[in-house]
Amino acid sequence: MADSGVVETLLQRIEKADDGVDSLNVAASLGVDHQVIVGAVKSLQALGDIISADLRSSKHWELTVEGSEIAEQGSHEARVFSSIPLEGLAQSELMKLSFGKIGFSKAMSNKWIRVDKTQEGGPRIFRAVENIEDQVREKLLQVQKGNFSQLDEKEKNELKKRKLLSEVTVKSYWITKGSSFSTTITKQETELTPEMIATGSWKEKKFKPYNFEAMGVAPDCGHLHPLMKVRTQFRQIFLEMGFTEMPTNNFIESSFWNFDSLFQPQQHPARDQHDTFFLSGEAACLCCSDRRYDKEAQKNILRTHTTAVSARMLYKLAQQKFTPVKYFSIDRVFRNETLDATHLAEFHQIEGVVADYGLTLGDLMGILHQFFTKLGITKLRFKPAYNPYTEPSMEVFSYHEGLKKWVEVGNSGVFRPEMLLPMGLPEDVSVIAWGLSLERPTMIKYGINNIRELVGHKVNLQMVYDGPICRLDS
Amino acid sequence: MPTVGIKRDLLFKALGRTYTDEEFDELCFEFGLELDEITSEKEIVSREQGDTKASDASDVILYKIDVPANRYDLLCLEGLVRGLQVFKNKLEAPRYRRISPVNGDPQKLIITKETAAVRPFAVAAVLRNITFTQERYDSFIELQEKLHQNICRKRSLVAIGTHDLDTISGPFTYTAKPPGDISFKPLNQTKEYTATELMSLYKTDSHLRHYLHIIEDKPVYPIIYDSNGIVLSMPPIINGDHSKITLQTKNVFIECTATDLTKAKIVLDMMVTMFSEYCSQPFTKEKLSGEFINRKVGINESTEKIAQLLTRMCLLSRATGVGDEIEVEIPPTRSDVIHACDIMEDAAIAYGFNNITRTTPRAYTVANQFPLNKLTELLRQDLAAAGFTEALNFALCSEEDIADKLGKKISETRAAHISNPKTAEFQVARTTLLPGLLKTIAANRKMPLPLKLFEVSDVVLKDETKDVGARNSRRFCAVYYNKSPGFEVIHGLLDRTMQLLEVKSARGEGYHIQAADDSTFFPGRCAEIIVRGKTVGRLGVLHPDVINRFELTMPCSAMEIDIEPFL
Repeated sequence: MADSGVVETLLQRIEKADDGVDSLNVAASLGVDHQVIVGAVKSLQALGDIISADLRSSKHWELTVEGSEIAEQGSHEARVFSSIPLEGLAQSELMKLSFGKIGFSKAMSNKWIRVDKTQEGGPRIFRAVENIEDQVREKLLQVQKGNFSQLDEKEKNELKKRKLLSEVTVKSYWITKGSSFSTTITKQETELTPEMIATGSWKEKKFKPYNFEAMGVAPDCGHLHPLMKVRTQFRQIFLEMGFTEMPTNNFIESSFWNFDSLFQPQQHPARDQHDTFFLSGEAACLCCSDRRYDKEAQKNILRTHTTAVSARMLYKLAQQKFTPVKYFSIDRVFRNETLDATHLAEFHQIEGVVADYGLTLGDLMGILHQFFTKLGITKLRFKPAYNPYTEPSMEVFSYHEGLKKWVEVGNSGVFRPEMLLPMGLPEDVSVIAWGLSLERPTMIKYGINNIRELVGHKVNLQMVYDGPICRLDS
Repeated sequence: MPTVGIKRDLLFKALGRTYTDEEFDELCFEFGLELDEITSEKEIVSREQGDTKASDASDVILYKIDVPANRYDLLCLEGLVRGLQVFKNKLEAPRYRRISPVNGDPQKLIITKETAAVRPFAVAAVLRNITFTQERYDSFIELQEKLHQNICRKRSLVAIGTHDLDTISGPFTYTAKPPGDISFKPLNQTKEYTATELMSLYKTDSHLRHYLHIIEDKPVYPIIYDSNGIVLSMPPIINGDHSKITLQTKNVFIECTATDLTKAKIVLDMMVTMFSEYCSQPFTKEKLSGEFINRKVGINESTEKIAQLLTRMCLLSRATGVGDEIEVEIPPTRSDVIHACDIMEDAAIAYGFNNITRTTPRAYTVANQFPLNKLTELLRQDLAAAGFTEALNFALCSEEDIADKLGKKISETRAAHISNPKTAEFQVARTTLLPGLLKTIAANRKMPLPLKLFEVSDVVLKDETKDVGARNSRRFCAVYYNKSPGFEVIHGLLDRTMQLLEVKSARGEGYHIQAADDSTFFPGRCAEIIVRGKTVGRLGVLHPDVINRFELTMPCSAMEIDIEPFL
């Protein structure tokens, strides 16, 4: 904060001046350094429109160190002249003086002195004139007084050449009254305080303006994981559509429910060691005591799809009087796959199932259209596909505006009668279903290229901290 | 999904017109195929083996087309073109029939009982008066290979042998003998080997060694002879050199040996129907109603129109005139048709999936959340509000993660073990959420302290009372990682959690904690969490050894509880 005395004096000067004052002049007249005035100007500017200050620059001449010495003691040639007594001085003596060498040649060219080389003991210097006029000193004294306009350009340049003068650029402010000019300034408050509110003193106070360019202080908070945020949205969509959540909290499943019940033959490639995780040891399989299933069906595995749970649910449904149902689940499934940037050994499967009398392929496409519309996807088309337990089977494609092409977004189909009839469902009941992964739409939504940055311990926590809320349809 | 590579120009020639890549892609999409890649031999070789090797390769344009796994009839150029042409109404659906040879009886393949011990089934057929060109020959071999890899399950279910019939004479015998008693000159070899010698010879063959295990340990090996004792093949390994087919071959003898008779018949049907109009299998006929198709697809077409749709899919159909009955001929090429719904699908494809009116199911249903998931969702929100950040870790991990690193023995963990993990990362299903959170911290050590993480997710525990011998358990785990252990922070989170779950701090009906010994935690800094008299989890300051084993450097406190008791 600038010295308040200087600030007040400056304000008084401005008040008196009609068309403003120059900060340099003020500094000179107050006998303070120019920077002190600059500080006062800056602090007044921070208070609002008390003053207005225009930055201007001007050139002026200053004496160099050598120039100042001359202004004080006379030019070298003049000092040479005055050091020579009437009887003269040996040249060697003269040269010993600090100004001797330069002064000698200058005084010679002014014809103020002469040299007599015939004298005994070397050359001797004598005055050549009675009096001299030290014009250099006079000129420098004028400059020192600030009257540099009395010198013409040629003279100034000559002195500059002799390194006695230098030209400097000075920045100064031209200060005029601002729109809210006042000679008295009140101290600005930084923050509103309880006392100000209690006493009402805030009404008289001025407040320091905020810097709205700066960032705020980050709140101290916890964050939900992006994939789980997307999961919440998908759950919400299913619930909005009247779908009931299936209990999928059983990662370990028997091959029977995972494959056999879904019409997946026992030699099917998906049942291979390199696609499915098998569990070690002989699991005690209570339901198999009557040898209903063979050894292959009894093998316990990590489920490869949540459709195993759908199969269990449909079987349960078939054991009671049939009523239409809509089911969904979002949970982990496991594949013994080779890992890369988009594949992990486990991922989340989203699945929807509808069972009712007389469902058509048109119903399946209609419900998929409604589902994907809630995700913000309206352009859909369907491709015939193959899946062991659905017939017809359709891959769902949506038009990706960014990639300018159709991309697969899910799989769907009508469950085969070979799957439904053995469960005991009525013959005219159809079951339509679809599935997709949770990770893929999440990676697209949040622009993540490597799945490992999203799922698992190698997650980038900064990404979790910075994640926006999830609205799938916007 | 198998992929077939087909030369584009040959394909267009067979289709009788050219397509732009986009047009062809569109046609594939409608028919249920996918134009996966447009490439050339040169590009493939250059990608796999480098540019230098690629210089001699052909740069003829290849279409790589993905074919659905049940459509074996589309695995070669011939079948694919036939399917597409009929679909586009350019060709009538072919009818296959068996013919007898002009002179003499049909060939016979006699199967002896010895084969029961190793490979009990065999079927055979003859293709007569065939003319091979290089392309047709290549396609023939390629189809055989595709079938071997897919439906034949790498020759374990079915193996195909093809022979020049004019070099051998029937009847043929399919039998099985001890390997030492078998001796013949195998394909592309110059001398005779015994079967035992062959097995060691092919141990180093990059192609054949994959099939040796199918019969290697059997006491007898399958073998096919002609009437003069010439070896046709030793399935599923190798054919004899004597009967090999060439471009000049006119009559082809095809045998399929198998452990699965249905699959053997499908494979033989594919081989003969793809390469000839002459076939040993008559077609079968199915009857179904037009109403069935309309009802299942959700369309309203006349019986005649539906018959036309099916015919376009190579299912020769006609309205019988009896009500809305349609008679459909299922050619031997369409082994995928096993139920009326398969015929219905073909009608829908021919109609065009994208032409079907989209409707909404009428059923009124009320949605219910799974209570455990509902609790999880609500709890997660409030745990984040309590200042903790959610992590998401794998359900699979190494034995070390859940045992050694936590100072426990693997035998104490009740972990379900995986018998065929590809890496140590997937040896067991996790029994605790703690290792995942500690690994998350280790991977994020550059982040500013403190790190406060939580996860609400399932672990898996062995449980003999369950049909699969194991069950999930929903856990809540939290860790606090900072320059000081912050036991009070974790303890405070437990208090807050109990508040959220409406459990009061009290012995008996409420919750309390009590000192416990646990090798994961620093001695004297671990407590059991007891809710309504039952232990639901633990909290405490982690043991420095545990911190070190997870490559961490700061003190850390943690809690883990089972949330299912709060339902």
